[in-house]
Amino acid sequence: MSIMQDSREATMIGRRSDGTLIRRPLSPHLQVYDMLQMTSALSIMHRISGVAWVAGVVLMTWWLIAAAAGPSAFATVQWFLSSFLGILLLLGVTAAAWYHTLAGIRHLAWDAGWGYDIPTAYKTGRAVLIGTAVLTALTWLALLISW
Amino acid sequence: MSHSTSGQPPRQSMMRTPLGRVRGTGSAKQGSHHWIMQRVSSIALLPLTVWFIFSLATSAGMDYAEAIAWIGHPLNAVLLLALIGLTFQHTASGLQVVIEDYTNQEWLKIALILVVKGACWLLGIAAALAVLRIAV
Repeated sequence: MSIMQDSREATMIGRRSDGTLIRRPLSPHLQVYDMLQMTSALSIMHRISGVAWVAGVVLMTWWLIAAAAGPSAFATVQWFLSSFLGILLLLGVTAAAWYHTLAGIRHLAWDAGWGYDIPTAYKTGRAVLIGTAVLTALTWLALLISW
Repeated sequence: MSHSTSGQPPRQSMMRTPLGRVRGTGSAKQGSHHWIMQRVSSIALLPLTVWFIFSLATSAGMDYAEAIAWIGHPLNAVLLLALIGLTFQHTASGLQVVIEDYTNQEWLKIALILVVKGACWLLGIAAALAVLRIAV
């Protein structure tokens, strides 16, 4: 505890509610968890889906700027979004967005102190996975109908 | 303080003033502000994101004129601006936590966070300007 090997350790000093100092554990490291276990797999997937959503945010920004720039720029972005790569990207972003949204609701419930016990955690975890599949399918159904 | 089993208090206790302990805002002087703002923005983003995905999914065949009309509609423009601001705020704070967790060099951590924040500000301003240009 006296010699810090890693700059992250400086932020790892915490306090119990009675004021005594403790050394907090380091952040989730992928190697120490069993990733076949749903709880840890869904946990890291929340992070990965959040980072993946950045691709969707960039696409949204491009789409808006192109619309403001004029018809030819808008035609380019529409061409890209309906290309093979564009559809693949949109499909991935839709799934990531729904997963991150549903898992985010699960996290907010945890923050409110609800659903920590193991049976409930597995139940809500399964609900998030099924919900992601259903909402992604519904989104693309609506998309293909309105295309 | 009864936290040490070795008979010697940890070094950190000597570096911490009683006032700092009472304030409880830590070394960055922000306390739990970042954590709370992540939750607040996520709650605000829930309806906005569902609205945005629903709107675009049900009008995928929009041509240029229809897209301009949709973005320029006062209600859509307001919701888009809110969505843009909150999305980039939430993205920057989320990516910051990921960087803080997995970077072990202080200079690299600061550099990456600044790059992410800079990119989020620029893209956010660009997206907001695009909406304003169409709507105003």
